[in-house]
Amino acid sequence: MDSLRKKIDKIRPHFMEGGKYSKLRSVFEGFESFLFVPDRVTFKGSHIRDSIDLKRTMTVVIIALIPAFLFGAYNTGLQHFRSIGVESGLLQNFWFGFLKILPLVIVSYVTGLGIEFIAAQLRGHEINEGFLVSGLLIPLVMPVDVPLWMLALATAFAVILGKEIFGGTGMNIFNPALLARAFLFFSYPGWMTGDKVWIEGLTQGQNVIDGFSGATPLSLLAQGEAAKLPSFMEMFIGTIPGSIGETSTIAILIGAVILIATGIGSWKIILSTFAGGLFMGLLLNIFAVNSYMELPFYYHFVMGGFAFGAVFMATDPVSGSQTETGKWIYGFLIGVLSVLIRVLNPAYPEGVMLAILLMNVFAPLIDYYVVQSNINRRLRRARVAIKNQVK
Amino acid sequence: MSNQEKEPMFSAKIRKIFTTPLGKENPITVQVLGICSALAVTVKLKPALVMALSVTIVTAVSNFVIAALRDYIPDRIRIIVQLVVIATMVILVDQFLKAYAFDVSKQLSVFVGLIITNCILMGRLEAFAMANKPWPSFVDGLGNGAGYGIILVIVAFLRELLGSGTIYGYPVMQKLGVYSTGYENNGMMILPPMALIVLGLIIWFQRSRNESLIEKK
Repeated sequence: MDSLRKKIDKIRPHFMEGGKYSKLRSVFEGFESFLFVPDRVTFKGSHIRDSIDLKRTMTVVIIALIPAFLFGAYNTGLQHFRSIGVESGLLQNFWFGFLKILPLVIVSYVTGLGIEFIAAQLRGHEINEGFLVSGLLIPLVMPVDVPLWMLALATAFAVILGKEIFGGTGMNIFNPALLARAFLFFSYPGWMTGDKVWIEGLTQGQNVIDGFSGATPLSLLAQGEAAKLPSFMEMFIGTIPGSIGETSTIAILIGAVILIATGIGSWKIILSTFAGGLFMGLLLNIFAVNSYMELPFYYHFVMGGFAFGAVFMATDPVSGSQTETGKWIYGFLIGVLSVLIRVLNPAYPEGVMLAILLMNVFAPLIDYYVVQSNINRRLRRARVAIKNQVK
Repeated sequence: MSNQEKEPMFSAKIRKIFTTPLGKENPITVQVLGICSALAVTVKLKPALVMALSVTIVTAVSNFVIAALRDYIPDRIRIIVQLVVIATMVILVDQFLKAYAFDVSKQLSVFVGLIITNCILMGRLEAFAMANKPWPSFVDGLGNGAGYGIILVIVAFLRELLGSGTIYGYPVMQKLGVYSTGYENNGMMILPPMALIVLGLIIWFQRSRNESLIEKK
């Protein structure tokens, strides 16, 4: 450790003002603070410094994502071997899936971080850790067979048009990972929906055993084949086709526990999203006219990306609501809209992505009215107090 | 009055009237007028070109007519007079397209008729033709139509190339053989939101080249 520290201190002057690499200062600082805790202290005035900075926040989210990631790797292998009718062990499944997912993760990080680095140099900003989580979220919401160049394009689109033009990390109005997914969804629908893309090898025309279908539970329902639906337990554990990280509700719940326990993710948003889904599910159950609407409401929580969206996407502190009351409204409406789009719009089998992006747009409006109603309430109270005094 | 009449037909001033709307006074990217039609007709190059031409003709001729009439139009009813002139021109263009370019006319559908509501037209009549002579007004109309047309063509070129893989109907991407490398047409390019994003990128590019367009805070 000491030798590394010394090395960094030795090359530091080159990157400071007047040094030969002064243009790359923020790259240097980015790597330095990645390796060591920054030793900068406040000189003037009183400041409260919390040890939890952006880097630590991001690291916690990454840790929370690990269960979903590991299960995603396992499930990718499982689905693949199941489709060709080969018996396989746990480790074999995991290793196969891991090797398939790794390129996606690398492409997402290289593209996104590359753009962030360049943007930081151009603007003279410091490099921050804003992309660390997005870089892992993006592959987790993709089908495993998505071509790498599409993934790179979508990542670039999300980072440049979703984040950098708004001013970089912390200024984006949309969740970058969902924006990347939405871009691919509308640009190359053939790779983002259907029965083939969710399982490794099917798009390359690989032979599958008789009777095997790669359809996700949601597309089965959209096609009106509710009878073929996997059991609730299967969907809860996650051994079903779907985007890499979204299938296992149980792995996502482990992540949710980590996020809530550390206070990184807002439990209010997670809870109210599920409440919204529950409300809309029940409402559809009551007025059910077809088999999809009759589907028990709790099925919605374990299918598709509902849990993943609620835990990892809706809780994004930048694009979500900031006020405490606003969080309840924001989450609730995400839940309602997700189920509504799923059930009533056959063109979009999955509604969570669109629901969250839509509510991202409304989050500032919700906050505005929450703050405004608070101001009005206090004004009223003040007026009453003044009136009483005058008497 | 007399010293103005001596002005030659293509003086520097007239040339400037024509060129400013192409760049720093561009109706779409600077004044942000006529956006709706710019999004609607730019899926393919051909309709975009026809649309650009139609708007140019309508703007130039109605500018000319209104400028000629400008001293006789009562101020209170000038808008309706302007609309009558524009509407006449639009109907002429519409009928002409239906007669000689029926499939393009079908692709453009209502948007030819909707040239009437194109803000560029009313804007030029109000801002220029009501206060200038016929010839400069005609040139101003041509310039603004061309400025509108340039942006339309750029957007349509990008959308057709990336969205359908063709240029003016010619299958470029297929001839180049890029599909065999795994390339695919981008479906979002055909959707209107992407036209807005492309337009935004053009505005970004123009402003970064021309600092004077950036609003002061």
